[in-house]
Amino acid sequence: MGWLGDNGMLLGLAMLDGLSYAAAVFMVAVGLNLVFGVMHVLNVAHGSLYAIGGYAAASLSLFLIARGMPPWLSIPSLVVSSAIVGAILGPPIERLLRSVSGQEEVLQLLVTFALFMILEDLQKLVWGVQPVVSDAPVKLLGTIDVPFGRDAIPFTSYQLFLLPGVALVTLIGLAWFLRRTLAGRMIVAVTVDREAARAMGINAGKVMLLTFTAGAALAALGGALASPTTSLVPGIGASTIVLSFAVVATAGLGQIEGAALTALMIGLGRSLAVYFAPEFEVVVPYFIMVSVLLVRPQGLFAVPETRRI
Amino acid sequence: MSTKDEMRSDILTRRAALAALGVGALALSGRRVQAQAGKPDEIKVGIATYLSGPASVFGVPARQAAELLIEELNAAGGIAGVKLRPIFFDEGPGVDHFVAEYRRLVQSEKVDLMFAAISSADCLACAPIAEEMKRPTLLWDCSTQRIFEEAHYDYVFRTIGNSTPEVLAPVLYLLKYKPNFSTVAVVNQDYVWGRDSWTMFKTIVERLKPGVRVVAEMFPRFGATDYSSEVTRLLATKPDVVFNASWGGDLDTFIRQAADRKLLERSLFVLPLGESSLERVGKSLPPGHIIGARGDHWFLHPSPEDAKRLAAFTENFRKRTGVYPIYPCFHMAQAVFAMKAAYEKALVTKGGVWPTDAELAAAFKGLQFPSLTSPVKIREDGQGLANMLVGTTVADPKYSFPILADMVVFPGEMVTTPVGKSSFEWLKTLEPDILSRVPQPVTSRG
Repeated sequence: MGWLGDNGMLLGLAMLDGLSYAAAVFMVAVGLNLVFGVMHVLNVAHGSLYAIGGYAAASLSLFLIARGMPPWLSIPSLVVSSAIVGAILGPPIERLLRSVSGQEEVLQLLVTFALFMILEDLQKLVWGVQPVVSDAPVKLLGTIDVPFGRDAIPFTSYQLFLLPGVALVTLIGLAWFLRRTLAGRMIVAVTVDREAARAMGINAGKVMLLTFTAGAALAALGGALASPTTSLVPGIGASTIVLSFAVVATAGLGQIEGAALTALMIGLGRSLAVYFAPEFEVVVPYFIMVSVLLVRPQGLFAVPETRRI
Repeated sequence: MSTKDEMRSDILTRRAALAALGVGALALSGRRVQAQAGKPDEIKVGIATYLSGPASVFGVPARQAAELLIEELNAAGGIAGVKLRPIFFDEGPGVDHFVAEYRRLVQSEKVDLMFAAISSADCLACAPIAEEMKRPTLLWDCSTQRIFEEAHYDYVFRTIGNSTPEVLAPVLYLLKYKPNFSTVAVVNQDYVWGRDSWTMFKTIVERLKPGVRVVAEMFPRFGATDYSSEVTRLLATKPDVVFNASWGGDLDTFIRQAADRKLLERSLFVLPLGESSLERVGKSLPPGHIIGARGDHWFLHPSPEDAKRLAAFTENFRKRTGVYPIYPCFHMAQAVFAMKAAYEKALVTKGGVWPTDAELAAAFKGLQFPSLTSPVKIREDGQGLANMLVGTTVADPKYSFPILADMVVFPGEMVTTPVGKSSFEWLKTLEPDILSRVPQPVTSRG
């Protein structure tokens, strides 16, 4: 038997791990990509929204369980808490960012960085510095044994089904929303050419508010989905935002399907590295990013634009 | 008045003025001498700790411990009647910021003593500066063994053990009391401690139990949130022992994800920093795994020097924070106790005259001071000799988290690299008879 024969089963396991990791990465990056597409601001505070979404989901879940509510409520509470975080934090941040739109890109970036620092402190003020976790959804869904030769490898159903499922629904839902609904088409129009969209009567301000709030809620949902398996600690937003930037840059700014494919590449690449070349695990996302940008500087899916003078 | 008289009067006046000036100068000089001999108004202590970022899981409890201990010390009259004033600063922003703050506190705030730091990088950066600025500095939590193995310092001292005993003790425990293993794997954070601790683990096992096979070496990024691939690989390769020297949220996450997928039921985990995660991971960590504490730091220590002191600290800390103290709190206590002991030693040496910085620094060499658990000694090279406690997790209905049973308290001398030797070289010379000197395990009365 060749290498594939010896390692075929391991490859299968790596695919399963890669898929769930890709789903988590996609959920983190998609909101950032959406916001950049419409507002042309690389939002560093996206990492804070991810962290706060995680903390909020864990808090709501712990609150429900402490009140004797059925544990299954911890699953919808992930979505509910994300929507609340998006609704509360999205509009004021968008308002602030709009006030510096038209300024130099560096200034906009610095404003989002300042926001990130402020929100990081706010997060410590509310939740402290000790790791927070609420693993009720993982425990509730249990494990499933995947055959591995004469053995069986347990995977959590949360990792194998719920995470990829939510990512798939988000991808299809967003693609449908952007292409098939009036609001979605307005977003696309503002993304492509804000001035022309305005000239056609589209309220670009309203579109930006809607998009940013949705992007904030998606960032929070990324954190919420991570919260049942991850200990939430100060700094979790910073490490997340770096990976998100890698996905967005590789996919092409503003590309939703591109973000999904890039997340899949990163997920599978990282997982394969863990099995066959663990030394490269940490660099895989950035290696993929650099490889793609060398060939396609605008990202995998973005169309080169002529610069308007 | 004649001119002569006037002249004499002038001379007298000038003489009187000169005399007055001389007496005044002497008086001023005498006052200065008296001030040097007397006690200062307060002792300012600069304390570097993580107040932001992932390591604040250690830094903030340590700050809380420092506040508690210094309040208690001041309430009891301070050190020889002089009250202490802590000035905390954050290591979170990085080494450059840390170094700038260190210099500022010494030059502008005129701190008498520094406690620095949690990060080994910060300790490596500040040790030469402490020497240059002649400011007594206690390395209160960082573990890198390099500090005193690569340089000589007169103003820098470590009030805890270092990374070598922190790895050696759990590995000796494994080899002595759970020796039936033939395969090992590692999952460590991808930074110096993660890499160095694994190198030490491998060196010790190769030396004392040759033939053990390494089936997986994995170093996920610092702050990773997902270990599913690592866990799957461990489930597939089935190592008898999994070594993980991670800490904070990373260790909590790894334990939970491993527990969710039943890895903890299949492999024996060796967690040198596990003590700090026990209360947080709760029942996720089942009985039977090996836990270290970066010293003999455990609120249910089986044989503390002063059981009342440990119980009172644990109780007061819990009242203040709602959680049990973890190892950085014990480390902070050791720095506070060492500082007090050094001032007292220097005062005795000088017959009650307040010591200079150099005299205070000299007092730390060879100093033996109490801790919350066992006494600690500072060797002539500045390195602390501290006992190391290792135990096995066990469920106890009194606690919502696993506690430790079958604890072994390793004497500091037994597991610490001798003065003048390099840890990596010394570990290669360990002889199998060291296992015969491993103390018998005891179970706490808690």
